[in-house]
Amino acid sequence: MAFISTGYNPEKPMENRITDIGPKDHNEFYPPVIAKNKGKWSHHEILEPGVLVHVADSGDEVYTVRVGGARLMSTSLINEICEIADKHCDGYVRFTTRNNVEFMVDSKDKLEPLKNDLASRKFAGGSFKFPIGGTGAGVTNIVHTQGWIHCHTPATDASGTVKAAMDVLFNDFQDMRLPAQLRVSMACCLNMCGAVHCSDIAILGYHRKPPMLDHEYLDKVCEIPLAVAACPTAAIKPAKVQLDSGKEVKSVDVKNERCMYCGNCYTMCPSMPLADTEGDGIVLMAGGKVSNRISDPKFSKVVVAFLPNEMPRWPSMTDAIQRMVEAYAKGANKYERLGDWAERIGWEKFFEVCELDFTHHLIDDFRQQAYMSWRQSTQFKF
Amino acid sequence: MAKHETPLLDQLESGPWPSFVSDLKAQAEKRAKNAEGIEFQIPVDVVDDLLGIVELSYKHGRTHWKHGGIVGVFGYGGGVIGRYCDQPENFPGVEAFHTMRVNQPAGKYYSTDYLKKLCDLWDFRGSGVTNMHGSTGDIILLGTTTKQLEEIFWTLTHDMDQDLGGSGSNLRTPSDCLGQSRCEYACYDTNALVYFLTNEYQDELHRPAFPYKFKFKLDGCPNCCVASIARSDMSFIGTWKDDIRIDQDAVNKYVENDPAYPANAGAYKGSKDWGPFDLEKEVLALCPTKCMKFENKKLFIDNANCTRCMHCINVMPRALKIGKDTGLSILVGAKAPILDGAQMGSLLVPFVEVNPDNDYEAITEIIENIWDWWMEEGKNRERLGELIMRQGFQKLLEVTGIDPMPQHVAYPRTNPYIFWKEDEVPGGWERDVEEYRKHHRR
Repeated sequence: MAFISTGYNPEKPMENRITDIGPKDHNEFYPPVIAKNKGKWSHHEILEPGVLVHVADSGDEVYTVRVGGARLMSTSLINEICEIADKHCDGYVRFTTRNNVEFMVDSKDKLEPLKNDLASRKFAGGSFKFPIGGTGAGVTNIVHTQGWIHCHTPATDASGTVKAAMDVLFNDFQDMRLPAQLRVSMACCLNMCGAVHCSDIAILGYHRKPPMLDHEYLDKVCEIPLAVAACPTAAIKPAKVQLDSGKEVKSVDVKNERCMYCGNCYTMCPSMPLADTEGDGIVLMAGGKVSNRISDPKFSKVVVAFLPNEMPRWPSMTDAIQRMVEAYAKGANKYERLGDWAERIGWEKFFEVCELDFTHHLIDDFRQQAYMSWRQSTQFKF
Repeated sequence: MAKHETPLLDQLESGPWPSFVSDLKAQAEKRAKNAEGIEFQIPVDVVDDLLGIVELSYKHGRTHWKHGGIVGVFGYGGGVIGRYCDQPENFPGVEAFHTMRVNQPAGKYYSTDYLKKLCDLWDFRGSGVTNMHGSTGDIILLGTTTKQLEEIFWTLTHDMDQDLGGSGSNLRTPSDCLGQSRCEYACYDTNALVYFLTNEYQDELHRPAFPYKFKFKLDGCPNCCVASIARSDMSFIGTWKDDIRIDQDAVNKYVENDPAYPANAGAYKGSKDWGPFDLEKEVLALCPTKCMKFENKKLFIDNANCTRCMHCINVMPRALKIGKDTGLSILVGAKAPILDGAQMGSLLVPFVEVNPDNDYEAITEIIENIWDWWMEEGKNRERLGELIMRQGFQKLLEVTGIDPMPQHVAYPRTNPYIFWKEDEVPGGWERDVEEYRKHHRR
């Protein structure tokens, strides 16, 4: 494994350096039918789950086959995507915001061979490589974060919880039987780099123990004022601590009862780790949306305060998700998003029909806005 | 033969959904065989060790990635995230496993030539493991060593005309929906605007000078497929000012349940039978402002009372089209919960033109006014939404020079604790108490 240089000279980093050139120009990447008809599309139709046609004013058509995929993807799989796109789609492909892959062809006769090719490909372990679906009134791919694959703050895994959830939701990925689209999202800690807080169903990794304090190293690796300032609840203060050796060191003190386990201190100071086998697990939220359709966008609500991490398939989590999806499928009106349905029937009924326990953890007590969520009316259901 | 036993991960190979475990295993095997004779620049068993360390996390219920590490490419403050594992003796292949964020193209369209080149580079100098894509939108190259970072950057910029994305306290890589490239609902060219803004603000993207992260996301219409309203400091959402265009013949095709006109563009062609389409029940009654009626086979829309929620257009895309006088609304301050709770974007600009001919000056002016204020007043790690909460929406209007209007609120304030400015009150606040006492005894 001899090091091979590109020509970069570490002694002279500015020599022939190219910077600030931004992304590739998307115009180079449009399939011809897209480039030709951009801005002149008339309408579209979902022909069957995962298959769309867009019709241009010119009469041109583009057929799209949408497939799900793990967003964690090897170069082997990307090369396979390229092979398929070269074979069927003139060398173009696109990805969606929700980690789906879209293969586009410019005439209907190219559709069946493409679909058959995609559907036939499986991993050695038996799962589909390119399941067709993710359109219309169904479940589409889960957007998610890194988890144990690559992150330093997760309270659960992302790829595993998503695989487990999508396996149980798979029929709804390939069907469109639901009252409206159902967006599931996953974030492995409440930093939420996946921003799951406005999803129909959100899977959220959560810590439940205050940070441990690595006193001996804390002042050596952290800026104590930054760690103190990082705390949203002012639970951290500077402290002098005597080590077992008798040596006195500068460190911090954490008022555990004020901690909300956000891990913001750990982000600023590696000597304050939170991760814990029993402490960490899953929060489920439900009823959020981002679309402005019919009702305003809204936040998801916490509906299950905690479920333990049950590797590798998180059965308590997938059971609760399935119960919500089935109750929603049964109870909601056409076009009604999960949150709109829950509001119409009342959250008290939501817990009943989803067979979820209501515990004190679900009553908001975080700051002023908490009050807005308490019931200020005599209108409720028994 | 796999390097590490992974009995827990192995259970994630079954089931229909694509298995990341199967994919990683195949990748590990492919590297071990190295049929292409690649001179791997990082350990050949990097993917084996990745599987091994993730298996250990499945056993422990805890991550085995250490906190950060300051690595990067010269002159940039973002785009690379340092990562080291906490068990290097057992998993030397992932001792250093840094991430590179590669700025994705608008609309996430690719040519296979480009993707193959990127894969070749990543097999040669990295783990061959990616995210397509990361949450913010970048292509994520997952796992390489420190020494490879500059080399990868060199190849990207010199041979692929491709730059890195953002990380840290800077402008994060802007992202968009596919927009007018393939969607009839798009009210502006999201691809063109996101490309322009990304290039216009390269300095802000690569060199952290902000109090915290700042995100732009661009949605072509109020359906908000990229969730800009929930997760971007500035969200650009397409809209229109004139009338929804109606094709009355097509409306009647929907009413007659013509099979070429399926409700909601066919989104309900699943295993559940919802019965025949009912315009009254499914469109008119669900219109949030009840501004529609259907009489004598003619659909009327009282456009002055329409809030452009998209429902009727989504249900009947062949009959109803967005207006022609299009532009976008700007909402500001959205963010995920950390630290003060989640915030949704708040409407700042109801309508602004999207004009590439003058370099979108109406939009960049607003962006730059907001940045000037936030960079001056924002505290360390304070998102724009939190600054707006702390200093008030009025302050936001002041710094952007935008007049207050009822569109800015869902409803007016419910308390009268108005912070009047001194110059708004005749005579100001300096008064003579002695003069007052002449008429009001102590």
